[in-house]
Amino acid sequence: MDSAFIIEKSVVIIIVFALTMIMAMYSTLAERKVAAWLQDRIGPNRAGKGGILQPLADGLKLFAKEEFEPNTPNKFLFYAGPAIAMSTALMTSAVIPWGDKIHVFGRDVLLQAADVDVALLYVFGVVSVGVYGIMIGGWASNNKFSLMGAVRAASQMVSYEVAMGLSIIALLMMTGTLSLREISAQQSGWHWNVFYQPLSFLIFLICAFAETNRTPFDLAECESELIGGYHTEYSSMKMGFYLFAEYANMFISSAILAILFFGGYNYPGMHWAIEHWGVNLANLLGFLALFIKICGFIFFYMWVRWTIPRFRYDQLMHLGWKILIPLSILNIIITGIVLLRHEIIAALGF
Amino acid sequence: MSIQTISLSGRKKQVSNKEMTFWERLYLVAIVKGLFITIRHLFMRKVTIQYPEQVREMSPVYRGQHMLKRDELGRENCTACGLCALSCPAEAITMKAAERAPGEELLYREEKYASIYEINMLRCIFCGLCEEACPKDAIYLTTSKVLVPSSYDREDFIFGKDKLVMPLDAAMKNAQLNKAN
Repeated sequence: MDSAFIIEKSVVIIIVFALTMIMAMYSTLAERKVAAWLQDRIGPNRAGKGGILQPLADGLKLFAKEEFEPNTPNKFLFYAGPAIAMSTALMTSAVIPWGDKIHVFGRDVLLQAADVDVALLYVFGVVSVGVYGIMIGGWASNNKFSLMGAVRAASQMVSYEVAMGLSIIALLMMTGTLSLREISAQQSGWHWNVFYQPLSFLIFLICAFAETNRTPFDLAECESELIGGYHTEYSSMKMGFYLFAEYANMFISSAILAILFFGGYNYPGMHWAIEHWGVNLANLLGFLALFIKICGFIFFYMWVRWTIPRFRYDQLMHLGWKILIPLSILNIIITGIVLLRHEIIAALGF
Repeated sequence: MSIQTISLSGRKKQVSNKEMTFWERLYLVAIVKGLFITIRHLFMRKVTIQYPEQVREMSPVYRGQHMLKRDELGRENCTACGLCALSCPAEAITMKAAERAPGEELLYREEKYASIYEINMLRCIFCGLCEEACPKDAIYLTTSKVLVPSSYDREDFIFGKDKLVMPLDAAMKNAQLNKAN
């Protein structure tokens, strides 16, 4: 392993890290702005031009707040909760392919922090560890509301992970790989997976809403019933970490959605761009395309938040276990039949 | 025709509790419809008024804080007849009359004047009946946008003559305007 490789990877990692942080930061502003626009208001516009400095002001406020601690015997767990939530949220961005190889300083630089073969499995693994952040935080708060919120969040995330995993299996049967880079590469041109697996996409989308604890599945922190849910007892930057982790998760899940179903960094006319404008420019445009897709999904998250009211808890479980899981199994069977039919046709040589 | 079927207001709507069809039970159609309703609001005109820079326009019949008028010579109009206090539905006005002493002819227009005139701003409902009742055109509700300031002390809300009587320079300005016309 030469030093140039380490430098190259460090630069990519730092850029990805900074990008995730900045996106999470500005998602908070976007959330408030979109909420305001959808309600015929203007939204925050005092800090900087059009409110562009609002996230900085919010962060500064959170840092300046008093560090409050409930009288809990689990001091260590109380601190570990937001730390786990934050680090798992940031870890997922390591395997996201931001673009194909670009050519700089005589080297082929892959726009991905780590090209893992089992990237998708890795994402699922890390996301399920994220439940611990919420669960531990809620448990260590020594507060009934927090515990209720944490229990709801944990059971919701565990049950929707099943449907999520099953919906992905149909996609994996088609792609035949778990590597996110290969899945992106396979979708070049207009072969986006959403056209082949619309049902899988729909189930995955619904599960992604549930996994990120967003409305209509934000039972973990419904203000009217549970005050703030699992982060009721948190203050200052520990609270900020939870909120930040939530927005980082939203960003990551939007990225996964865009990569798995909406072609990743591919955009119409990419081959033409590579031929005429060179690899670097075409791939940077690809990065931009992925970024726009991600922003679109983030907007969709916020759009849905102000459209659909929250589910009741039993409705949530009903939807997860009795509708989404059978549907995704049905989807697997249909995909299997279609794939088998293709193979038989190919084998018979028609 | 039975009473159940008649719609007196003409707005009666018959609701049904019929079983939902498969597409209705999917909710997806309803959700997409809802999404289109919310996205329409993204492009609608915003209703926000940016307060310190922008002020909402007042109604033409807006009634603000009271003022006790002076005439063109700067003399107070009020003669302490008490009709305003009598007409006040909130019983917010009290006053004490006094006789004008010789040499005060330029201060008070009539021989009797209000030595104390107080309006309790916590009681006042700004109805303007005092203005209507006044035979001397002494009390007016202005179009001033200055609202009664908040305070911790109830005494602060009882406005005396120091706050109610029209300032002298304003009376002078009025007199000059009248002359110019």
